Amino acid sequence: MSTIGWVQICLTLALVLLAAIPLGAYMAKVFGGGHTFVTPVLGPLERGFYRLAGVDPKREQGWLAYSLAMLAFSVVGFASLYAILRLQAFLPWNPQGFDGLSADLAFNTAISFVTNTNWQAYGGETTMSHFSQMAGLAVHNFLSAATGIALAVAVTRAFARTGSATLGNFWVDLTRATLYVLLPIAIIVALAFVALGVPQTLEGSVEATTLEGAKQVIALGPIASQEAIKQLGTNGGGFLNANSAHPFENPTAISNVLAIFSMLVVSTALPIAFGRMVGAQRQGYALLAAMAILLVAGVAIVYAAETSGNPLLTALGLDPAMGNMEGKEVRFGQAMTALFVAVTTGLSCGAVNAMHASLTPLGGFVPLLLIQLGEVLPGGVGSGLYGMIVFAILAVFVAGLMVGRTPEFLGKKIEAREMKLAMLAVLILPLVILGFSSIAVMLPVALASLANAGPHGLTEILYAYSSAAGNNGSAFAGLNANTPWFNTTLGISMALGRFAYVVPVLAIAGSIAAKKRVPVSAGTFPTDTPLFVGLLIGVILILGGLQFFPALALGPIVEHVLMLAGQTF
Amino acid sequence: MSKKQIAPTLFDSAILGRASLDAVRKLDPRSLMRNPVIFTTEVVAALVTTIWLRDVLAGQAGSSFSGQIAAWLWFTVLFATFAEAVAEGRGKAQAASLRRTRSDAHAKRLLDPHNLGDLFEGVNALDLNVGDIVLVEAGDLIPSDGEIVEGVASVNEAAITGESAPVIREAGGDRSAVTGGTTVLSDWIKVRVTAAPGSTFIDRMIALVEGAERQKTPNELALSILLSGMTLIFLIAVVTLWGLAGYSGTVLSVVVLVALLVTLIPTTIGGLLSAIGIAGMDRLIRFNVIATSGRSVEAAGDVDTLLLDKTGTITFGNRMATEFLPVPGVEQKVLAQAALLASLSDETPEGRSIVALAKSDHGLIEPDFGAKQPVVIPFAAQTRISGIDIDARSIRKGAVDSILRFTNTPIERAPAEFRQAVDRVARTGGTPLAVAENGKLLGVIHLKDVIKPNIKERFAALRSMGIKTVMVTGDNPVTAAAIASEAGVDDFIAEATPEDKLAYIRREQTGGRLIAMCGDGTNDAPALAQADVGVAMQSGTQAAREAGNMVDLDSNPTKLIEIVEIGKQLLMTRGSLTTFSIANDVAKYFAILPALFVATYPQLGALNVMRLASPQSAILSAVIFNALIIIALIPLALRGVAYRRVGANALLRRNLLVYGLGGLVLPFIGIKAIDLVVAALHLA
Repeated sequence: MSTIGWVQICLTLALVLLAAIPLGAYMAKVFGGGHTFVTPVLGPLERGFYRLAGVDPKREQGWLAYSLAMLAFSVVGFASLYAILRLQAFLPWNPQGFDGLSADLAFNTAISFVTNTNWQAYGGETTMSHFSQMAGLAVHNFLSAATGIALAVAVTRAFARTGSATLGNFWVDLTRATLYVLLPIAIIVALAFVALGVPQTLEGSVEATTLEGAKQVIALGPIASQEAIKQLGTNGGGFLNANSAHPFENPTAISNVLAIFSMLVVSTALPIAFGRMVGAQRQGYALLAAMAILLVAGVAIVYAAETSGNPLLTALGLDPAMGNMEGKEVRFGQAMTALFVAVTTGLSCGAVNAMHASLTPLGGFVPLLLIQLGEVLPGGVGSGLYGMIVFAILAVFVAGLMVGRTPEFLGKKIEAREMKLAMLAVLILPLVILGFSSIAVMLPVALASLANAGPHGLTEILYAYSSAAGNNGSAFAGLNANTPWFNTTLGISMALGRFAYVVPVLAIAGSIAAKKRVPVSAGTFPTDTPLFVGLLIGVILILGGLQFFPALALGPIVEHVLMLAGQTF
Repeated sequence: MSKKQIAPTLFDSAILGRASLDAVRKLDPRSLMRNPVIFTTEVVAALVTTIWLRDVLAGQAGSSFSGQIAAWLWFTVLFATFAEAVAEGRGKAQAASLRRTRSDAHAKRLLDPHNLGDLFEGVNALDLNVGDIVLVEAGDLIPSDGEIVEGVASVNEAAITGESAPVIREAGGDRSAVTGGTTVLSDWIKVRVTAAPGSTFIDRMIALVEGAERQKTPNELALSILLSGMTLIFLIAVVTLWGLAGYSGTVLSVVVLVALLVTLIPTTIGGLLSAIGIAGMDRLIRFNVIATSGRSVEAAGDVDTLLLDKTGTITFGNRMATEFLPVPGVEQKVLAQAALLASLSDETPEGRSIVALAKSDHGLIEPDFGAKQPVVIPFAAQTRISGIDIDARSIRKGAVDSILRFTNTPIERAPAEFRQAVDRVARTGGTPLAVAENGKLLGVIHLKDVIKPNIKERFAALRSMGIKTVMVTGDNPVTAAAIASEAGVDDFIAEATPEDKLAYIRREQTGGRLIAMCGDGTNDAPALAQADVGVAMQSGTQAAREAGNMVDLDSNPTKLIEIVEIGKQLLMTRGSLTTFSIANDVAKYFAILPALFVATYPQLGALNVMRLASPQSAILSAVIFNALIIIALIPLALRGVAYRRVGANALLRRNLLVYGLGGLVLPFIGIKAIDLVVAALHLA
């Protein structure tokens, strides 16, 4: 580790915070129905959409209607994307003349993009037409992210309201998230990427003759626009197979900072918007602090593990000064790679600028754990916030009794119904991740996809299911996931990870919104103090992480101790 | 106060003996199903036992290990049921003593209940129906709960309250309720029976202390859901581990997987949860307060507004003289002397307090009248004056306007100092009494409501706990404000009618607050029913007792504060032990995980930070620790976590340190210690 590395990391994070504060305030206004400086321009457009769709923006929905609208929207999105991918050979903008996708791959990919996972079992430049990329994938990059924001806003309103039967209107929240938040920022970020040298064209690939006289196909396309929303919406599905490690997606150190910045900014702004909307700004910062502390701890471990290098290679005479550079891009360096690794997994983004499978065991342990902790650090756009609120509810419940009152969060009592639903939600991740992993390691058909044996192979499978269920989408690499088994089970994992989690959370929101708010007094359990932040971190680690510990011990942890003992896989 | 029933000590040997038997009886899976964590433990204990039996029968090596694990799993379950049995045992002992006092004696039922004639028939008390009227005479047990319709009697209620001094019960008013099982000491009363057989106050009390009607309270239910959810999560983790370990080349036996499961699921809090709830109710009962449901005990912890009656709670019941304010030209001692003389035969508390003040502050002694015969003028409602004529001295004291009229002094002609003194006393919430001798004004006696000592500090402590205190009084707003500020309450309701109280409670509840109050009159009943915690006085009317959700057997309204603290303590104990139980898991991982995989990956021994002797001793030690910690925490669960009157933040910091951090560290030490013993005894 070097001082200059930490300076880079801290500067980037400071930049994010600096932008997130006004963005949070802006979002609080947008979703509070307030007037913003863009309302004169976007307002008529917004109302036009409602008229077109026959939506009455004033009519609010209860939690069930909100959930059903969200589910219906996702099902339609899934079906249309599935159709586009299957029929891409007959659709326009297919300069390379790619065939339609296989049924299982199309199923997997459609779910992947609808759930904001962007798990890619395919190589973008060798599978997808421009039409599929733009009309299919990029559209869902917007919509799945907007859905996440809408859900978070609905949950936020539950705490802001008292004695309310409704949480807002899904169609309005979805439209506003897209129109007021994602689209304007995406346009700016896309232009910035173009300025930094990312291609933006409808041309297909170019053929080049290399110095050796060999022919090389260089893939091109509308990369910058896709890149912007891929990062901004914590989608992570790259236009190109190598994702943000590819020089066309992420050409320079500056574009790397922009990539990190844009994937963090909305998720960082959401807790701030939450604090403003519920009228407790300190609460928003308390949630953010817990996220930041765990995230920075993750960055530190990756950075330390990677810079200390691989003792096995050092023993072979490799200079350890650079640390472990396998699978990394020299133009980003160790510090900004470590930051990218932790952020993309703490975030449920899943874009990668280095190959996670090539990280040292401890360096690979961190992204895996960050995903398994529930994607709340700070998590995907929207999903991170509502996931964090579930943890806050659990923390308040476990420790809140210790002040001698029945637990309450932001004045709302946490009772049996909320507890039942919260447990239902947190059950999903271990069930899906550990369940499918455990079955996969016993199935020859699944094991055939592994490139590595031993603990590293186990990590590959564990990582795949964690990434899917956590709606992260990054791959550990080394696992050939484009098989019917993995396409199907990972697809199911993604759907469960998103919908089986969020529906109980919306039900919690419904019951919270209906409750009265207990006034704050000296006897109230304080949830915006450093003490609570510490408690929340403890609860995230113990209730969110402990169940994965045995599996992690058999994967990256044992690999680490074996590496120290001189064994490799 | 003399208490007849002496609360059983924490570990009475008789209770422990019976609890041990009950603990075994509670192993019945049908009743254990109510507790998912311990039920799961029982199921896997049975599973491991079966495996052990199979191994023993097959003569397989290593059966001693599975046998020991099975034994400790059964101990885990037994310790949990034992905790519950001990908690219940204390209630049962109390119920038994109550049952002895329950009347199944004969009752004298009036033959003509409409005209309240004197003819009666002897019937068994259990045959009495609601609406029957019975005659109870001196020496009789009152056969059932009821309302006095005629007569007045002194009643010994020691059977219920433990208080042996008799109380007066009479028809009409707020003292008309009588309780079955109490004894009439003198006179006679006719009582209309208001409780059906089997549902009298004593019957309900027995059922409550025995825990027969025990249902999970809302918070207990929510906590059980959390614990069940965690059990499920760890079940998933352990079951899937079999597959993941299989991939890694380790075949995990069912016995070690079960050991891992049981140490991870929250058995500590799961085992103690119901004991904590029962003990909380029990603490109230020993405090002579009967809660009709566990729900109200929990609500007591949440209360954030206390409605307190001024009289008896904040002030002593009566006004007391606090100073003598003479007019110019009169020495204070002279005024004191005159007041003393005028009050000598005044037996009211106010009169006595004047005598006491004159003696203590002015060193006066009671004069010896010798042969002189003083003429005592007793207090009369019409004149509102009392006094004494002795020799030529004619001394009068009374309400200011009455004395002025008596002395023919229009108020404007009274000395300015006199008027100022009267004003000052009235403004500070006191009552001025004027004293005159032979038609001449001597001065003013300041009577005031005396605030109970330390009550201001109590209210300050309540405020730091986030509880608002509201004084309810019939006084006028000026007086009420003065007393309120002196006592340090946060708010007051002056000239309060029962409707005012009810409206105040409703208003506060709309704002999301939880209210506790106490009351005894029939007109308190609606407010008692509306309040989240309504404590009815045992001395109050039947209507009040039925409207409240707690009954205070000592009829002491100050207890409201302690009731809130007992509620808080109950919730705190639950939270602390839950935190402790969950924090324990970290150490158990470090004990068991390396032991599970050390055969395949010897390098994982690096995680064996406690340096436990062998894989088997590590697993066994963790399971033993897991069982013993339940028994070690039973006293804490029954006694409750110490409650301090400080703000939530300070409480949280302290408890998080003790039970959170303590829960992380203690098992490392405990498991290591047990491992040393296990290794020394060659158990594994």
